Amino acid sequence: MYSRAYKTIVSVPPLLWVGLFLLVPYGLMLAHSFWLVRDGVIVHEWNLQNYATLLRNPVYAEVLLRTARIAASVTILSLLLGYPLAYYMSFHATVRKDLLYQLVIVPLWVSYLVRGYAWKTILGSDGVLNGFLQYLHLTKEPVSFFLYSPFAVILTLTHIYTPFVFLPLYASLEHIPRDLIEASHDLGANPRATFFRIILPLSIPGLLAGATFAFVLTLGDFLGPLLVGGPSSIMIANMVQSLFGTAYDWPLGAAIAVCILLFTIALLFATERLEKRWAFR
Amino acid sequence: MNSAVSSPPVSSAAAAALLEVRNIAKRFGTREVLKDLSLQIAEGEFLTLLGESGSGKTTLLRLIAGFEQPTSGEIWMNGARLDTLPPYRRRVNTVFQHYALFPHLSVADNVGYGLRVTSAPAAEIPARVDAALRMVKMQEYAKARPSRLSGGQQQRVALARALVNRPQLLLLDEPLSALDANLRKQMQGELKSLQREVGITFLFVTHDQEEAMALSDRIALLRDGALEQVDSPREIYAHPASSYTAQFIGQTNLLRGEVHEGVATSGVLRWPTAAANGVKVFSLRPECIQLAAETAPGAKAVRFRAQIRQQIFSGSVEQLEVDCSGQVLRVRIPARGVLTGEHEFVFHPGDAIPVRE
Repeated sequence: MYSRAYKTIVSVPPLLWVGLFLLVPYGLMLAHSFWLVRDGVIVHEWNLQNYATLLRNPVYAEVLLRTARIAASVTILSLLLGYPLAYYMSFHATVRKDLLYQLVIVPLWVSYLVRGYAWKTILGSDGVLNGFLQYLHLTKEPVSFFLYSPFAVILTLTHIYTPFVFLPLYASLEHIPRDLIEASHDLGANPRATFFRIILPLSIPGLLAGATFAFVLTLGDFLGPLLVGGPSSIMIANMVQSLFGTAYDWPLGAAIAVCILLFTIALLFATERLEKRWAFR
Repeated sequence: MNSAVSSPPVSSAAAAALLEVRNIAKRFGTREVLKDLSLQIAEGEFLTLLGESGSGKTTLLRLIAGFEQPTSGEIWMNGARLDTLPPYRRRVNTVFQHYALFPHLSVADNVGYGLRVTSAPAAEIPARVDAALRMVKMQEYAKARPSRLSGGQQQRVALARALVNRPQLLLLDEPLSALDANLRKQMQGELKSLQREVGITFLFVTHDQEEAMALSDRIALLRDGALEQVDSPREIYAHPASSYTAQFIGQTNLLRGEVHEGVATSGVLRWPTAAANGVKVFSLRPECIQLAAETAPGAKAVRFRAQIRQQIFSGSVEQLEVDCSGQVLRVRIPARGVLTGEHEFVFHPGDAIPVRE
């Protein structure tokens, strides 16, 4: 239908775009990771020093581990919040279904920054939460660990990423044919057994997709720690940011970025294979 | 409203009834799908719920399965109240129209599902699953996934999955409607002999009257949420109670006639009848009308002349549409070549059955 010439010409702009804005930056980043800084200037000498630093200096492993822990916590909490919600909406809500769906989506329209600041206001020493607890006489003084702690980061990021977990999960649950549920009941399984034997296994693709979203996005998050995390909650992305900023060591920053990128790609491959195995088997 | 206090059926005729549907009504919003319906199903029988779309047959099936609650009325099984139980506590199993096999389980795991969730003795399960698969001739596919099977094979697995639990009543929701004609005929035969073999009571839903007649011990014809007639296939065919039944099951000619002093007149046709005076509708089946030239009609036979309007050859029969002085009749005779023009036809007065309108 379309001539080969036309097809070639038409594919050039997107390829240029991907090349220019994706491959070239990645290439530059990769190249930088093999260079170094001497006397405040980036020197284009090929070496493996940055990677050696990452391996030898325990600080980086520590931060990476903390980041992974926070990412895992956020993922698990988002699943614990998102799954019951998706389940309820898919199987029990009838009239209010659309309204509830809108209520879950609407927060996504609000800027991440605004939500982060909102949590700052809520969790701070003069904040809403502390004020409320003191009003109820449950505490005498403001509790300081609410803000500027890993707790605050996990809380804020869970709030932000739960809709991301909810969406693919909800889609997955909606796809389960209702006559399978009836068949399960018909054969003697009560709602609880039906959930664990039929619904949960069939929702795994959505679950994996949502969990991957939450984990990968949290892994690379730097705004959360910046707004509500404080010095004790530095995550790996914050390190990269400062290395490209005030700490001025682009090669080291690039090396970290390359490591995170490789890890994320490996994770995505793994979950994609898992998802395929579990897709409506 | 379901009453809190109700008694099991008392009559002796109900003693052999496995299932009793008493005054069931079902409303969806403002739509009344079932209206004050009562029915009894005998143990071991093959009963078919027959009707058009929207007649309420599937709704009735779902009420018995437990997927819906009646708006009013009760369902009893073996002297105990059934409709108050959730579906997973009823000794009733269903074969679904689109099979509803669990896609993430193998065929064997599908069939054994009911046994596993009701904690049947674990040692027994593999043997029972195997026996059920053999019964439907699917034992070779035990490890396969449902997605790899054809429609007919999935249907068999669905059947095995239901029967392995030894239910007291098996519900089948138009299980053959998704199959092609030949496979359908084959499965009908298999279903019938399976039911005989296993002895379980079958409640079968279909809109196909031929299927109903081929399979059932009794047919319950539903129309707009009410029972039109419940009888054996032969009875319902030979003695339809209403014009609706006469037209729905098999084909017929509906003759609207005036009865006066034992004689019915419809157009140019006149025949003796025992019906009361007045306007009456008679059902005359096409195969009851024959060519005068081909038969040796008795003295009582009714004769008439008619023009051949249309002739359709169907292998063993000719389906004719004839014009009898303005009245169009359908006639069915054994195949005998092309006919044209006017011919003389006969039928026996006893074959003109008075029906309710």
